[in-house]
Amino acid sequence: MRLIVSELACERGGRVLFSGMSFTVESGEAALLTGPNGAGKTSLLSILAGLLKPLSGAARLEDEGEEIELSEEAHLIGHRDGLKSQLLVSENLSFSQALLGSPSLSSKAALATLELEHVLHLPCAYLSAGQRRRVALARLLVARRPLWLLDEPTAALDSASRAVLTKLMGDHLAAGGLIVAATHEPLGIGAAEIRIGGV
Amino acid sequence: MTRALLALISRDLKLATRIGGGFSLGIVFYLALVAILPFAVGPDLNLLSRIGPAVLWIGALLATLIGLDRLFQADEEDGALDLMRMSGVPLEAIVAAKSVAHWLASGLPLAVAAPLFGLMLGIEPVALLGTAVSLVPGTIALTFTGAIGAALTASLRRGGMLLSILVVPLMVPILIFGVATTEASRPGGVSFTLPFLALTALALAAVVAGSAVGAAALRARP
Repeated sequence: MRLIVSELACERGGRVLFSGMSFTVESGEAALLTGPNGAGKTSLLSILAGLLKPLSGAARLEDEGEEIELSEEAHLIGHRDGLKSQLLVSENLSFSQALLGSPSLSSKAALATLELEHVLHLPCAYLSAGQRRRVALARLLVARRPLWLLDEPTAALDSASRAVLTKLMGDHLAAGGLIVAATHEPLGIGAAEIRIGGV
Repeated sequence: MTRALLALISRDLKLATRIGGGFSLGIVFYLALVAILPFAVGPDLNLLSRIGPAVLWIGALLATLIGLDRLFQADEEDGALDLMRMSGVPLEAIVAAKSVAHWLASGLPLAVAAPLFGLMLGIEPVALLGTAVSLVPGTIALTFTGAIGAALTASLRRGGMLLSILVVPLMVPILIFGVATTEASRPGGVSFTLPFLALTALALAAVVAGSAVGAAALRARP
């Protein structure tokens, strides 16, 4: 499987954020998007997720020469986590699983991997920022999708959770997955750096 | 896909019945509107029973507007809408499923409660039944028409007022055929079937148009 981004340009609010963006990510590889605030890292991830139309250029996912639908093969974990405060953690995760299809781990097992099993029956409203982020990350495990689009995945995480996340990303890459992550900090995985904006 | 849509409907129903869900909001508003009317027009039972069906319908229309502004806005704000768009389920089906859940939680209860509220207006029993029956397709049509406005104002804060201005003109035909159906169900009324079929046709058209236009509006968000 291969993610191919060619000559991508993005405009937000009448301003061109980046143009001529081209890179390729192969199975088992990760790409780190770096760059100053407002450079367009989140916009690039939104384009890859199929949520935002690029000004020009295209991003596509190929599997053995055949093009497959990008947004249906990707997980996007961003600042807006899509978790409902009124629902229990278990309800949120089982909804994500039913919605996204290709179920993998159960909600309980996914939370256990993230060392968060004890919050399974709590409403999301009671979680701390870091716990909430980890519940959002558990979505990566309840539905199997090859491309992980992570926007500041380490935000609000403590060092133990970062280590768990690093291990999860390592396992995903070893299993032939792809990762594109926007970050300001090293993630602890071998990855090609793609710089957006600035000099 | 069916599994995803059923999960979405049951999630929205759960959300509607939990804190801040607004499940009972529309019905309480409906009750308040019907209850204050006799204070405004006076205790003239003949007059009340004559304007009763129209009041029940206007009340249902306004009560439908309550809570409609959050139909897509809540999911837009917290990113759940992005999750849905990445599910591979067509956005039209998602709009339809969310509207169905909204109708089950706030539209159908209005139709069920209408006969009870109609008692307070002195409407004849057979016309009470007619009102309830006409409000079933009626609230479906109102909810799906409102979904268009909800989708257009999804990314606006305080979009509720704008939503009402956008969709109330579209709801006029539904109101006309709805009240006609109710009037026809009174003793000595003309054919009930004809306006009822027209109302049902409007409901079906609203389901199709609401899903398609709502999805297009959500896609066009900046």
